[in-house]
Amino acid sequence: MSDETGSHNDVSENLPSAHGGHSGDVVKPDPFANPGLPPHEYRRQDIDEKAAKHSERVVAGLFGLSMLGTIGFIACFVIFPVDKIVYIFPFGHVSALNFSLGLTLAVALLGIGVGAVHWARTLMSDEEIVDERHRADADDELRENIRQQWITGARESGFGRRKLIRTTMYGAMALVPLAGVVLLRDLGPLPEDKLRHTLWSKGKVLINSNTNRPLRPEDVAVGSLTFAQPEGLQESDEDFQQQIAKAALMIVRLKPEDIKDKQEADWGHQGIVAFSKICTHVGCPISLYEQQTHHVLCPCHQSTFDLSDGARVIFGPAGHPLPQLRISVNGDGNLVALGDFAVPVGPAFWER
Amino acid sequence: MSTTTESPSRRQATHPGERIAEWTDGRLGLYKLAKSNLRKIFPDHWSFMLGEVCLYSFVILILTGVYLTLFFHPSMSEVVYHGPYAPLQGVRMSDAYASTMHISFEVRGGLLVRQIHHWAALIFIAGMIVHMMRVFFTGGFRKPREINWLFGWTLLFLGMFTGFTGYSLPDDLLSGTGVRFMEGAILSTPLIGTYLSMFLFGGEFPGHDFVSRFYSVHILLLPGLMAGLLTAHLILIFYHKHTQFPGAGKTEKNVVGTPLLPIYTAKAGGFFFLVFGVISAIAAMVTINPIWTMGPYRPDQVSTGAQPDWYMGFSEGLIRVMPGWEIRAWGHTLVLGVFIPLMIFPLVLMAIAVYPFVESWITGDKREHHILDRPRNRPVRTGFGVAWLTLYFVLLIGGGNDIWATHFHLSINAITWFVRIGFFVLPVLTYWITKRICLGLQRRDRDKVLHGRETGIIKRLPHGEFIEVHEPLSQQQLHVLTAHAQPRPIDLGPEFDENGVARKTSPVAKLQARMSRNFYGENSAIPKPTAEEFEEITAGHGHH
Repeated sequence: MSDETGSHNDVSENLPSAHGGHSGDVVKPDPFANPGLPPHEYRRQDIDEKAAKHSERVVAGLFGLSMLGTIGFIACFVIFPVDKIVYIFPFGHVSALNFSLGLTLAVALLGIGVGAVHWARTLMSDEEIVDERHRADADDELRENIRQQWITGARESGFGRRKLIRTTMYGAMALVPLAGVVLLRDLGPLPEDKLRHTLWSKGKVLINSNTNRPLRPEDVAVGSLTFAQPEGLQESDEDFQQQIAKAALMIVRLKPEDIKDKQEADWGHQGIVAFSKICTHVGCPISLYEQQTHHVLCPCHQSTFDLSDGARVIFGPAGHPLPQLRISVNGDGNLVALGDFAVPVGPAFWER
Repeated sequence: MSTTTESPSRRQATHPGERIAEWTDGRLGLYKLAKSNLRKIFPDHWSFMLGEVCLYSFVILILTGVYLTLFFHPSMSEVVYHGPYAPLQGVRMSDAYASTMHISFEVRGGLLVRQIHHWAALIFIAGMIVHMMRVFFTGGFRKPREINWLFGWTLLFLGMFTGFTGYSLPDDLLSGTGVRFMEGAILSTPLIGTYLSMFLFGGEFPGHDFVSRFYSVHILLLPGLMAGLLTAHLILIFYHKHTQFPGAGKTEKNVVGTPLLPIYTAKAGGFFFLVFGVISAIAAMVTINPIWTMGPYRPDQVSTGAQPDWYMGFSEGLIRVMPGWEIRAWGHTLVLGVFIPLMIFPLVLMAIAVYPFVESWITGDKREHHILDRPRNRPVRTGFGVAWLTLYFVLLIGGGNDIWATHFHLSINAITWFVRIGFFVLPVLTYWITKRICLGLQRRDRDKVLHGRETGIIKRLPHGEFIEVHEPLSQQQLHVLTAHAQPRPIDLGPEFDENGVARKTSPVAKLQARMSRNFYGENSAIPKPTAEEFEEITAGHGHH
């Protein structure tokens, strides 16, 4: 065992010789030599049958505990109704069934686990055994043998000689996966201009998302934040989720003199302005409004927009302002859109 | 081959188990397989169980996952909720969400299995990262194990996507927000972003398809690939035999430990039940992903403090701290503010994947290694690993910048700027610090070898001098502290040959030599004590 000292002398020609004095030609005993496997030390259980008996009882006890755990699991499953809530300190109000099933299952499993490990550690032989390793690579003879087999096989196939077969085979193999790629075409429609348009169009009434009633200018107080959606869009609609994902609107009323951006003021109505609720970063709905600063914050990635200044980005990862919807008031005194958004809402994309 | 009858001298199998074995051996060659494996030797070290944690949590995931498929409806058709959970009465939701509610509130034990499944997923991926770091810092990835390193890395990579597709299935408000984030990120891809998004979601986001599509990816495609990789990973561990730390009797040519039958079977088999038991207890006591408090997904609603599962926090950090760069030209938009983070995410993971090949190229080391390194003896590698982890954790902070801000009353702007600067500075800093610590530990090892262990016993000599008693190390300790090789860096030789003509060296070779100097040079290694030094000191001083 002492002829090999780790990686001391094991230096191949790929590496310069190892540092240190271990490669000297004078044969001196190496003070750092590998001492070899230390003699095996016996445990109490190996020499004292009483201790071994004790270990046996502990292991059997743990396996027994596991059986009790499983029985307890079944009992809890039968006893506790699925909707029973109990108070357990310090967890608070928890589902009695979930709590009891989880813990009894844990006892059933841990009993087996701890028992098996204790068995292995105290009663099974812990004598360390040495096994030899073998290099992964073949010796020269085998390598040459395989090389000859390969050459014979390749020659018999004529692969190298009959170039026409080889070339056409490569071509065929390269083309055939295309069939699979083509099949993926119907995974979805082409984008076309779908991301450019929303449900908003000229004359569409703004509906308050919370009350489901048309929004009137007098409903919008200075400093409040209101969410709106286009008239006609119902939660039960087949495409409700897709439409609301683009059309969701955020309405605030600013004092007209607070609005710094002239176009913003023109596109609003008496200081009421409507912006897309969908963040221009990656599309989260924006929902946190600071009425004093007129900032809105996206709770997902903290992009912050200044609603008094054309919703420009003042902080965070968003790349461009929130699109504004041009609004006015119709004959009934309801807020209406004067058209669709001028630019696509939501995250930016290549064709934008 | 002629037909052979069994030799008459062959002992008749008597035990039924033995007869089954005989039967199988006659058909599958069971005994030949068992010959080298039944008493296979496995070295013992606590860190070798990290991989086992991953293996067992994967098995638990399969078991609980199959159970969940019996009750879950991977459908986005709309239903109105009329179940026992009062706050959601009459609320519209997808069938996926409703069936998850059903599992949580009406199926007995359903909530427990859901929670075991989710906890096991978190532990699975955490286990893989810690296991990977163990292999990394001890150099366990070196020849002949590079391929197994890649298998393991791919398992981690696929595991993250399996986790993401899995927690998106209930279609709740939190996971839906995560899917929206993913869609926004896909849209940023130049040229094909909108096409990818339309094809993935079957039309506009969110559409009616992604739950069923994620479902087949989550329960069939990814676990299938992972089961294959996992099997290959285990076969290679058996084939290569496990690595071992330096120690008495341990060499590059042997493996020292206890046999598969019985010790390892009992310990590893028992450990499966330990992992399962602990996860069950956690699932009983700690609620995870309470989808009923979040509500069903609607694209126009969101909750504050939205966080992905922890392993996605790293990509979340990238996306949060990146400045919102957008380049608009010729009617097109290049969304760098989203696309760069989307690309850095796999690149950072790739950096660690290819490391074994980079290191082997730098050092020119093509030998087999079965004795593990002590991390201090390879300061550059250890420093790189710590720098990589630092990057990971800095971005994790960035991913939770809102949580950090509210819990520690910090400015979110300040945290974001800290992460932006830290992304570049902290890995360099931690690399440097780690290297210094490694060198310090090497000095300490050298000192211990030459002067022995400090015992803390102070002795006063007759002439009044105080000395501390140093105890010489045992032969095993001496060996362990000096067992590592200290190769010299690659030397390109003199710049000019003996005739004064400049030698041609390719820039690649120059780079390799430079990196090699960095890796093995004087700044990365404290020369370990030589036998001469050791003898001089131990002979000269006698014992203290």
